[in-house]
Formats: sequence, C-alpha cells, structure tokens
Amino acid sequence: MTVLVDKNSKIIIQGFTGKMGSFHADEMIKYGSNVVGGVTPGKGGSKHLDLPVFNTVKDAVNETGADATILFVPPAFAADSAMEAADAGIKICVAIVDGIPSHDMIRIKRYMRRYTKSSKMTLVGPNCAGIISPGKSMLGIMPGHIYKEGRVGIISRSGTLGYEAAQQLKNLNIGVSTSVGIGGDPINGSSFRDIIEKFEADEETDAILMIGEIGGPQEVAAGEFAKENMKKPVIAYIAGLTAPKGRVMGHAGAIVSAYGESAIEKVEILKECGITISKNPSVMGDTVKSVLEKI
Amino acid sequence: MDIHEYQAKKILSNFGVTIPRGGIVYSPENAENKAREIGGSRWVVKAQIHSGARGKAGGIIVCNTPLEVAQATDKLLGKKLVTNQTGPEGKIVNRIYIEEATDIEKELYLGLVFDRSSESIMVVASTEGGMSVEEISKEKPETIIRSKIEVAVGMQNFQARELAFGLGVEPDLIRRASDTIIGCYKAFSELDATMVEVNPLVISKQKQILALDCKMSFDNNAMFRRSQVSELRDKTQEDSKEIFASDRGLNYVSLDGNIGNIINGAGLAMASMDMIKLAGGAPANFLDVGGGATPEKIVKAFKLVTMDEKVKVILVNIFAGINRCDWVAEGIVDALKKIEIKVPLVIRLAGTNVEKGNKILKESKINYIEANTLEDAANKAVAALNK
Repeated sequence: MTVLVDKNSKIIIQGFTGKMGSFHADEMIKYGSNVVGGVTPGKGGSKHLDLPVFNTVKDAVNETGADATILFVPPAFAADSAMEAADAGIKICVAIVDGIPSHDMIRIKRYMRRYTKSSKMTLVGPNCAGIISPGKSMLGIMPGHIYKEGRVGIISRSGTLGYEAAQQLKNLNIGVSTSVGIGGDPINGSSFRDIIEKFEADEETDAILMIGEIGGPQEVAAGEFAKENMKKPVIAYIAGLTAPKGRVMGHAGAIVSAYGESAIEKVEILKECGITISKNPSVMGDTVKSVLEKI
Repeated sequence: MDIHEYQAKKILSNFGVTIPRGGIVYSPENAENKAREIGGSRWVVKAQIHSGARGKAGGIIVCNTPLEVAQATDKLLGKKLVTNQTGPEGKIVNRIYIEEATDIEKELYLGLVFDRSSESIMVVASTEGGMSVEEISKEKPETIIRSKIEVAVGMQNFQARELAFGLGVEPDLIRRASDTIIGCYKAFSELDATMVEVNPLVISKQKQILALDCKMSFDNNAMFRRSQVSELRDKTQEDSKEIFASDRGLNYVSLDGNIGNIINGAGLAMASMDMIKLAGGAPANFLDVGGGATPEKIVKAFKLVTMDEKVKVILVNIFAGINRCDWVAEGIVDALKKIEIKVPLVIRLAGTNVEKGNKILKESKINYIEANTLEDAANKAVAALNK
C-alpha cells in the first residue's frame, strides 16, 4: 500500500485542455501515472493528448472508472470543480491552484460533510505541489526524478522546500515512500494531522518528515496527535524563524497571528511532543538519516 | 487588503451598525466647515492611516471649536505617523476623518476572524474595549467570550444574544447590541473579509450602541469578485517596493537587513532567510518569484531588489523543478544584461539540469559567486558582506 495514490490510481485532469493542464498531464504520463482522460466543459467527446475529454466529472467516472483527479482550473472556479469531483465519487482530489478565496475553501469543506467517511473524497491542497509515490504514480507538478523510491514519508506545506528535502534525502541515498504537499493556504483540504495518520498506517513508511512553517495551528495539532498515537518517528523542520509578526510571507497562510504560531513556539511545542527537530533547512536529510539509524 | 477606518465604518453602517456622525476631509479649509456640518459641540479629528494605536502616536485629537478642528487637521495632514504597528518609517496621513465626540459610558471589544482550527468564523468579545486584543488576552483573559459561527447557516440571533448578554449589556439594549453583532458578521461573510474589529464598541450615555473605531481586512484572493471593496485600496499606505512587486505577480516583504533575496517558493524563501540569520546575516527582504521562476519573473525580481538601497549582497536561490536550471541560468544572464548590479551576487541553483545551469553562468562571464547548498549560499552571502 502507498499513501493516497498508487499504480492503479486512475487519474483525470480537470482543466485538461488548458496550457497548465496539458503540460502537467504530459509530465504525469511521462512519469508513468495512469492518466485516463480529462474534463473540460464544452469539449466533451473530443480527444486531447490521445485521451478522451469529458464535459462532466460524472461522465469521466462512468466511462473510465477514474478515482483520482487534479485541478488546473482558475481560482474562481476551483471550489465548484472540487465539489463536482466529490459528488462524482472521486476518492482523491489534488488542487494545485493558488488563490482560492478562504470563504470558498470553507464552503467546499462544509459541502463534503454530507458524505460518510467511506465515501468521502480526500482533498489535498490548494496551493500545493501535489502527491508523488516514487516509481508508482505522480498526481502533482513536482520534478519526479529528484525522488528516490524508499521508506520515508514527506509532508510539506511548501512545494520547493519539499523538493529541497527530497533532494537532500536522495543525496544521502535515502528514498521516499510518498510525498504529499498540503499547500500554503490558511484553510486546506488535508492537514498535517490527516496525512501523518495515513503514514502511521502505511506499511511502506518507516519515518515521517514534516516540513511546516509559521502560521496556523496544524503543525502543533499533528505533533499532539503523534505524541498520543504514533509509533513511527517524526522529524520536523519549521520555516520562518526570521519572519516578522503579522506579515503574510508569500503563502496566504504563513502569518503569525496568535500564540503558538511562530517558528520558535512551534519548534518548542513539537519538541515536547517527542518530535526530532531539524535545526535548519540544510540538515533535513541528515536529521532524517540519524533518526533512521536508531530504528 | 486593509482599508481605512472611515471606509470600514461606512461599510458597517450599510449593514445596520450605528456609527457617530462624521465626514472625511483632505484639507484644513474643509475641516472647519465639515465640523459645523456635523454639528455638536465637540469633535474628534482622526488621522486615517492603515494602523491601530494611532491615539498613542498623536493621530487622534479632541477639539472644542471648529477652528481647533481646522488646526488639528492642518497639524496632521501630510505628517508621517509612527505607531507600534507601522515600523520606524511610519505611514503618511493624507486623509482626515472628523467625527462628533461621543459621551462614553462603556467600552467593549468585538472582533471577527477566521478560526483556522475549526474552519469557521470566530467572534471574540470582551468587556475591556479600548485595549488591543493582545493586551486583553494577556491582562484580562477572563473577560473574553467566544462564539464559533458555522458559515453555511450563518450567525443566528441566539448566538448574537448570548454574546450581548455575556458582555453585560443591559436588557433594554440587547436587541440593538445583537443587531450590531449580526451586522458585523454579515459584513464579514458577504464581502470576503478576513477580519472585522470594532474596538471600542461603545455604549454612550444616551444609550446608543456605536462603533467608535473599526478595522477591516479583506481576502486578496477574493477581490476579483469584490470590485467595490478593491476600489478602497489606498496605495499610499503600502510600501512602494511591495506595490511594485504585487503589480508584477511577485510576493515581496520588505525587511530590515542588507542581504537581498531572490528565491522561488514561499517555503524555500523563508528557509533561506533562516539560513542567512544562522550564518550571522540579516535578510533585506522576502521575495518569492513563484515555483516556476520564469526568466521574465527573474528580470523583474532583480529590478525590485536593486531598488532597495539597503541591499549590500544579493542571494539567488532557485530550486528548478518543472522548469530547468539551464532556463533559469539563461534568465539570470539575460537579466544581468539589462540591469547593472553593483553589489556581490551569490547564486545557488539546484534541481533539474543543475550542471548545465552552472555551466551557462560560468561561461557568461557574469561576476558572481557560485554556491552549491542552502548553507553554502548563506555562508557565502554573509562572507561577501564582510569583505
């Protein structure tokens, strides 16, 4: 088993025929992901990249058996697309798009409460790099070749900082089971805690590297969950030691507005939860290595 | 996006919140007339800047005659006010709000924000109005009451009533108080706000419930559907370099140090700043050119960073993913043909085609210091500073 996607995942692309959708669909196909088609309303019945295009996600699911989707639609339409996917019975949806209004994110999450746990779609993102299970499937926009197959799970808010970690691990000959980008927005589909729980249950993962940043309660919530419920070791790096209070640092969610949201405070709380801290971003790989040696 | 106090008051009054009578002026001549037009016997002259704590900085003046109103307006217009929220450079006063003075009986606090844990809208209220919410939570945490509002169904009357009773509002005024709270909630949810703060919300001696000062912030991502709100933007209240950046799709925050940064991705940018600090330096800015780091964005980024006179070294750190280091390197070489850099330049490339990228940089004969890792880049930037 892998976390969220594997070789059997049948992937569709929403916003398939656009520039971004086409480019990344092609990259995913080259990586070996099982892309079965795409959705662009009004272009149903045509072919794009030799794959069928559908008008609705329901049509795509009925015809191809798709269970995974990735959104390359403009932010104004992203909430609608995610809800359409949830309603069509898609199991995993990755929203790459940056710029979805927070009120829309709350609406999506509220909408998804109508589904029972077993029939509920997992939403990852928005404003994220997506998911990769090296050697199996890529449902995202990352450079696949920097990820070596292996047994460390990565969860990161930031895309490029997640790449940095994957590269450091690869240089140390350490591989990755799955890497999940949860995105930099204040309200996102899946939290650190949601994904860390999946890694704890995953037989192919031995340790988890969590890459957080200033702002919001999610890193601490994951730390508290790990302390109570996890046997696998967790390593964490929190970016933004030098970030000033009250300013948005690029990611809409990267803003310190309450106690426990600065990098120093998060690091202190995570340490108390028994999590190993990577002191700076250049030793994420080394810190994971030293933890793996103790297992 | 932030707006001015008088703009926020206008919005709230459209949602049924009572505000004192007042008007905006741009010159002392208009101020005297405006005071007469508003009427009454005492006025408050309020500097309009995007910051709280204006009173302590001398930005709020109580006046007893229209002439005094004009003098106070003259004193404040064009002045730079420095508060504990503006940074040392302060913010310029271009607009003055004149308001009739209120006879205050009781000052309350009312704030609405997104609660990221429960993914709902949180209303925070306290009987200790006039203090900042940080001060209240430090000094009088027992006075704080909270209510989580489920966005899909909106705020219910009972929730507003509970808050009003919790604030000790007398029974005759409960209806008015809950209408005020619901008005603030509606403004928040219907206009894509991220923050509404009424501080203080006062009960006057005449038993009116009034928003005496208020702040509103809005979700930048939602401005495409809020044209009336986005028109309220006042660029004179923003850092000129930050405006330059946001108009060009770059994420930029001006900081105090002297090492300029050009980085792709917000997380990597924060991480690079952390490394600079660990190496003994201080970043002059946060700058995220976007995960893609296209050559066009890199040119714009160099322009932006070189606008900052504090910058003594420039550090470029790009992790090329889908784009490739050779493209990024070409972008850098191209940028340096257009823009003259007078300070040392440290470049670290990583990711796809890194060898090709470094080769292009070397062969271009641009004057730069090559770095291989995050740590190496930060150390070399700090070392270049000390030469």
